[in-house]
Amino acid sequence: MTFAIQFVIDVLSLGGAYALMALGLVIVYGILRLVNFAYGELIMVAGYTMFLFSGSGLPWLVMAAVAVIMAVLAGIATDYVAFRPVRAKSVTAVLITSFAFSTLLQNAALLFISPRPQTVPLPALFSQTVTIGGAITPLRNLITIAAAVILLALFALLMRRTVLGIAMRAAATNFTMARMLGVPANLIISSAFAISGFLAGVVGLLWIGRIGTVVPGIGLEPLLVAFIATVIGGMRSLSGAVIGGFLLALIDTTLNYTLSQDLLKFRDAFTFSLVILILLWRPEGLVKGPATGQRT
Amino acid sequence: MKRHILTAAILAGLVVLAVLASQLLGIRLYDRIVTNLCISLVLVLGLQLFMGNSGILSFAHMGFMGVGAYTSAVLSIPAQMKGMALPDLYPFLQGVELSPYLSIAIAGVMAAVVAAVVSYPLMRLSDAAAVITSFALLVVLYTVMTNWSALTNGPRTLFGLPKATDIYLSAFVAILAVIGALIFKESRTGRLLRTSRDDERAAAAIGVNIPALRWRAFVVAALFAGIGGALWGHFITSFSPKAFYLKETFVILSMLVIGGANTVTGAVVGTFIVTIAYEGLRGLEGVLNEAKVTGEPVIGLTEIVLALAMIAVLILRPGGLFPTREIGALLRRRMETRK
Repeated sequence: MTFAIQFVIDVLSLGGAYALMALGLVIVYGILRLVNFAYGELIMVAGYTMFLFSGSGLPWLVMAAVAVIMAVLAGIATDYVAFRPVRAKSVTAVLITSFAFSTLLQNAALLFISPRPQTVPLPALFSQTVTIGGAITPLRNLITIAAAVILLALFALLMRRTVLGIAMRAAATNFTMARMLGVPANLIISSAFAISGFLAGVVGLLWIGRIGTVVPGIGLEPLLVAFIATVIGGMRSLSGAVIGGFLLALIDTTLNYTLSQDLLKFRDAFTFSLVILILLWRPEGLVKGPATGQRT
Repeated sequence: MKRHILTAAILAGLVVLAVLASQLLGIRLYDRIVTNLCISLVLVLGLQLFMGNSGILSFAHMGFMGVGAYTSAVLSIPAQMKGMALPDLYPFLQGVELSPYLSIAIAGVMAAVVAAVVSYPLMRLSDAAAVITSFALLVVLYTVMTNWSALTNGPRTLFGLPKATDIYLSAFVAILAVIGALIFKESRTGRLLRTSRDDERAAAAIGVNIPALRWRAFVVAALFAGIGGALWGHFITSFSPKAFYLKETFVILSMLVIGGANTVTGAVVGTFIVTIAYEGLRGLEGVLNEAKVTGEPVIGLTEIVLALAMIAVLILRPGGLFPTREIGALLRRRMETRK
């Protein structure tokens, strides 16, 4: 029983973080059909903002808010630098510019801050543990679950009830038609990037809360996770991304508990082979998105 | 191929010129730079062969470079060194000690075989799905290289490769790669593949078997990458799996994109420009570090400049410096209009 509770908490907290990461990637992909390779660097931006403010003496929540705002701004900057100028030209060009932008941000952190890991301030709450039904679990796992539930609910509300959300869903379904009906394209795309940055910022705080330090390459793992989760769940569907995130967490946690040490080293190879297999079996992912529309 | 003889001659001439210049100047550093340039050329031309003709971005190229480098290493490290360099090597490979030249060739074939097996089902995918799977493939290959200690010494540096690559060998292979890429471009496979790049549906409608064609290009590209990786291994003589990951992918990609992915000329010119810029910036970083301008070591400047250059090129000239026509065709056209 204790083991079951432990397992469920592990899956839910990891899955919550994965789901948010995947959602941030897929909200842009859904509208533009373009992968943002610089997505992981938004998490890095949030981490370094925390580091830079660590000596300022501000309350932790204020620092966290600033970090999330910086991630939002970095998300919008991605749109302006890497996407907008080349969006209409070719798919490959955008993929390359976003890859280049990701390298740019990483190396800027290397050059201007440091290649060494930097400690990020964390509230004492993150390191406490609680006991639930005999299972000892860090409190940050429960915070992650709570944050994921609240954000997913807010996100669902935004997408279903507000004008912006409805316009964004319309743009994801049929971009040309949405534009003809008066949905401003650039505003919608920039909003998608802003939301993507917001999710990345919050996830970044939770993610860095696990490790306690930030390095220039910190964004790679979340990016890979987001890739896998969205591919499993369906590249085009927001709910698919969330399902994919939780499913991936389930797979990862199960592998962690069952694989021997020798094989555990190959876990990434296993999960990525799984991605390849799923793409072959169902190129659309598990959850089908809305019918295809034209990209601008 | 006939129409590209002028192009082949000019591009091969560029390589020969670089070799001659470095030999006449007699500076050892230039010797190293030109060798590196020729090896990069082999890699970039391999990537161009796939990307330029099929129009699909591939991140996996560096992984196949790694496959080539490790294959050649395992086959050619002297038997008495193997106990130290690869302590856990399988017994049947322990006594193997081939000539490096033979092992470089085998390395190319090995990379092509691995590519043939793993990529066959992936070639049905287009656009973002294709790019993500190629990214996934790179991660898989990297994870395997880092953890298959018996063959690769794990994440640690593998040493003891015989030094076999010199400037002449690498230049020779680079020229062969130029010719190979041009021949492929004008082959039936290359032409049909470019029709599918320009309009997938129309190509399929006239009966083009797109996945099979892409697969052929991918396998040939991996052959180039494997040979390039093996050449590099026998030049540098010790390396770790880190040499075949995202940072290096970025450099190779920047060479191709800045020059122009659709033409062999673009690949060659881009490799020259980026290599020169890269070495210049690395030198500058070295100078700044010597001068101790800041307390921290200066790293990452090179990549920042390259990334900015890449973004600028893609915004201003999305096709790169040579977007559609090879240099030979451009020159011939100019001569004709002058008459």
